[in-house]
Amino acid sequence: MKMKTLAAMALAGSMTAGTAMADLVIPDLSYRTGPYAAGGVPFSDGYQDYFALLNARDGGIGGEAVRVIECETAYNTERGVECYEATKGEGALIYQPLSTGITYQLIPRTTADNIPLHTMGYGRTSAANGEVFNWVFNYPANYWDAASVAVNYLLDENGGSLDGKTIALVYHNSAYGKEPIRTLEELSAMHGFTLTQLAVDHPGQEQKSQWLQIRRERPDYVLMWGWGVMNQVAVQEAANIGFPMENFIGNWWAGAEHDVTPAGMAANGYKSLNMNPVIDYPVLAEIQSLVHDAGNAAGDGSHLGSVLYVRGMYAAMLAAEAIAKAQEIHGVADVTPAMVRDGMEALEITAARMTELGMEGIGPEFAVTCQNHGGTGQGLVQQWNASAGVWEPLTGFISPDTSVIAPLVAEDSAAFAAESGITPGCL
Amino acid sequence: MLYREAGDFKTSYQADSQTFPIAFDRWRYWAVLVIAFCVVPFFVNAYWANAILVPFLIYAIAAIGLNILTGYCGQVSLGTGGFMAVGAYACYKLMTSFPDVSIVIHIILAGGITAAVGAAFGLPSLRIKGFYLAVATLAAQFFLVWMFNKVSWFYNYSASGQITAPERFVAGVAVTGPHTAPWAQYMICLVFLTVCALIARNLTRGTIGRSWMAIRDMDIAAEIIGVNPLKAKLTAFAVSSFFIGISGALFFAVYLGAVEVGEAFGIQKSFLVLFMIIIGGLGSLFGSFAGAAFLVLLPVALKVIGVDLLGWPTDLVAHLQLVIVGALIMFFLIKEPHGLAQLWRLAKEKLRLWPFPY
Repeated sequence: MKMKTLAAMALAGSMTAGTAMADLVIPDLSYRTGPYAAGGVPFSDGYQDYFALLNARDGGIGGEAVRVIECETAYNTERGVECYEATKGEGALIYQPLSTGITYQLIPRTTADNIPLHTMGYGRTSAANGEVFNWVFNYPANYWDAASVAVNYLLDENGGSLDGKTIALVYHNSAYGKEPIRTLEELSAMHGFTLTQLAVDHPGQEQKSQWLQIRRERPDYVLMWGWGVMNQVAVQEAANIGFPMENFIGNWWAGAEHDVTPAGMAANGYKSLNMNPVIDYPVLAEIQSLVHDAGNAAGDGSHLGSVLYVRGMYAAMLAAEAIAKAQEIHGVADVTPAMVRDGMEALEITAARMTELGMEGIGPEFAVTCQNHGGTGQGLVQQWNASAGVWEPLTGFISPDTSVIAPLVAEDSAAFAAESGITPGCL
Repeated sequence: MLYREAGDFKTSYQADSQTFPIAFDRWRYWAVLVIAFCVVPFFVNAYWANAILVPFLIYAIAAIGLNILTGYCGQVSLGTGGFMAVGAYACYKLMTSFPDVSIVIHIILAGGITAAVGAAFGLPSLRIKGFYLAVATLAAQFFLVWMFNKVSWFYNYSASGQITAPERFVAGVAVTGPHTAPWAQYMICLVFLTVCALIARNLTRGTIGRSWMAIRDMDIAAEIIGVNPLKAKLTAFAVSSFFIGISGALFFAVYLGAVEVGEAFGIQKSFLVLFMIIIGGLGSLFGSFAGAAFLVLLPVALKVIGVDLLGWPTDLVAHLQLVIVGALIMFFLIKEPHGLAQLWRLAKEKLRLWPFPY
C-alpha cells in the first residue's frame, strides 16, 4: 500500500517537474492561510501584481516575460522548505519568503545552491555584512535599524534624552521578535532608558497578562514587534487598558490597515514605523488599469494601495530592478540566479529612478555594495488617523545610529562565519 | 494462492515465532529493504528527500516512539512536541560542545537525554491516568517549549533564539548542513529508522512489551499477576522518549537545519504525531509507518494535484487540504477505528483465502 502511494506520487511528481521555459522565474512563497494571512495576502498581491504589470506593460523585464510561481507556506518552516525545494528546480532567480523563520532555513540552502535571497526589512540582520553572507541581501533596512530608528524618533520627541524613561518591548516570541532585543539593550545602556521585555507566544491571541503588566508598570513608551493576528489583539488590548496610543509604536510589520481597523476609533493615534509611505503613487493607477481591469489581479484585488500591498510591490520593484541591472551587466536577457546576485550587489536606487517608475518617495535612496547588503536602514514614523482611515506619515526618513549597529553586525556575522567555516570575502 | 501459510513448515521455535510467518511477507519485507537501501538512494533528488522521504522517515520514528507509549502501554501523551524539542536541543548542545565526536553518537545521546526527561515526566503516570495524564503531559509540552525559549544557554545565547546545525560528517560524507547530498540525508534517517523499528519490534514481543500490554489492557489485573507498574510505565516512557528524542534530533539536524522551538515543536507537532498513530493504528508498528506516510504524503499530494495539475489558487488548495484531511480522519475513525493497520490485517486475511473465499 505504501509502495502504491509512492508510485502514484512519483507519477504526479514527474508530470510537474521539468518544463524549463525561457522566462524569468520568480517564486512567491506566500501565505494566504493561517494566523499570519492578514499580512501575507496584501504583500503577495502587491508582489504578483507588479510583475503582472511589467509583463502587461513592458513585456517583462528586458524583453523576457516574468513567470511567478506561487507556493503557500502558511508561515510554517516545514512548508517553506517544501516550497523552496519544489520551486528551485524551475530556475528560480530570487527568493523573498516574508518570514524570518523560513529565512533562517533558506540562508544556508540558498547559499549552497547559489540563489540570491532578499529579505527586505526582516530575516537575519547581520546578513547586511555581504562579505559573510554573499547570497543574502536585506536592503533597504533591517530590524536593528528599525529599533534604532524608533529610539531616535523617541529621542527627538524628548529633546534628545531618554534618561530615566521606561520603554516596554512587546514582541512575538520567535526569532523575528527577539531580533531587536540586542540592539535595544545596547541603546538602553547608551541612552539611559529602562527596557522591559514582554514576550507574546505564537500566534499572539493571548496578551492579557502582558498588558496587565504594562498597566501596572506604566512604561513611558511601548514598542511592538508583532505580526499577523498579534497586532490587532495588541492594539485592542492597549485601548482596553487606556494606554495612550501616541506612545505606542509598532515596527514596520505592525503598522498596516488591518492591524488597527478592528479596534475602531480606539486605535486612533497609534504609531508605527514604515519603510514605504503610503501615498497615491502613479504606478497604482497603472496596475489598476493594466492588471486589475484586465482581470489579472492576484487574490481578490481588494488590497490595492494598502501598506503591505505597497511594500510587496516595492519588494517586486527591487527584484525587477536587480534583474534589469543583471541584464545590463552581463548583456543577456535570460539571466541566471548568479547573474541576478551580481545585479543585486550593483543595485542603485535613485530618486530619479523611483520617479521614473511611478513610485516617487517609496523608499530611501541607497546603493548596495559587496560590504553592505543592508542599504541605508532608514525608516519613517506614521500615525493612524482612524476617522479618515489612513496612515499619515509624521516624519521623513530617519537614519538609524550606525555607530551602534555596525559593530553588532560585525560581531554577529563574524560569529556566523566562524560557526559555518566561511572566509569573509567578495565573490 | 501465493499468500498462505500452507506448505511453509516451521521446524524450530525460532522460526515459529518470527515476525513474518508467511513466506510471501518475508520476501516482501526483504524487497522493501533492498529497494529502500539499494535503489532509492540512487534516484532520490533534493525535492523528494526534503519534501517527502526525510520527513516521512523522521515522523515514522516519532510515531513508533509514541505508539510504544500510547499504543502498547496505554498511556496517552500530548508531550511529543516537547520531547522532540529535548532531542533537538540536546543534539545541538552536544554538536556545538563536542564538535569532534561523531554526529551518530550525538543523536543517540540526544535520545538518551530525552529518555531521562521523558521518564521524569512519566512519574505522574503512576498516580494518574487517562485524560488526567494527558493533561500532565500537556504541561510537559508547554513547560519544555517555554524553557527552550527562555533559557538562552540552550541556544548558545544567539540573538534570535534559533539553533542552526553546523556541518557534520559520517564516514567523510556530510549529513548535516547545507551541502548535504539528498541521498546522505535520506540514508542517515533510513538507518536510524530501520534500527529503531527493529529494536521496537523486538522489545514489544518480549517480556517488557508484554508487561506494557498487560498494563494497557488492565493495570490492576496486571499488578495482581506480578507486573510491576512502576517499572512497566517508566520503561515505556523512557523507551518512547528515546525514539522521540532521536526523531527530534534528526528533525533539527538533518531535515530542517535550523529550528525555533515554538514554531517547530509546538503543540501542533504533538497532535500531528498523535493523529499519525491514531490513523495508522494503535499498538502496531506497521500503523506507525502507515500513519506517518499518510499524514506526510497527503498534504503534498493534494498540493501537487490542486496547484500544479489543476492550477487552482494556492489559498483555496490550502484550505481544501484542511477540510480533506479533517474529513478523512473522521472517515477513518468511523469506518475503521483501529486504523490503517487494521485494514492491512483484513487485507491479509482476505489474501489468504483468495481466490477461493469459501
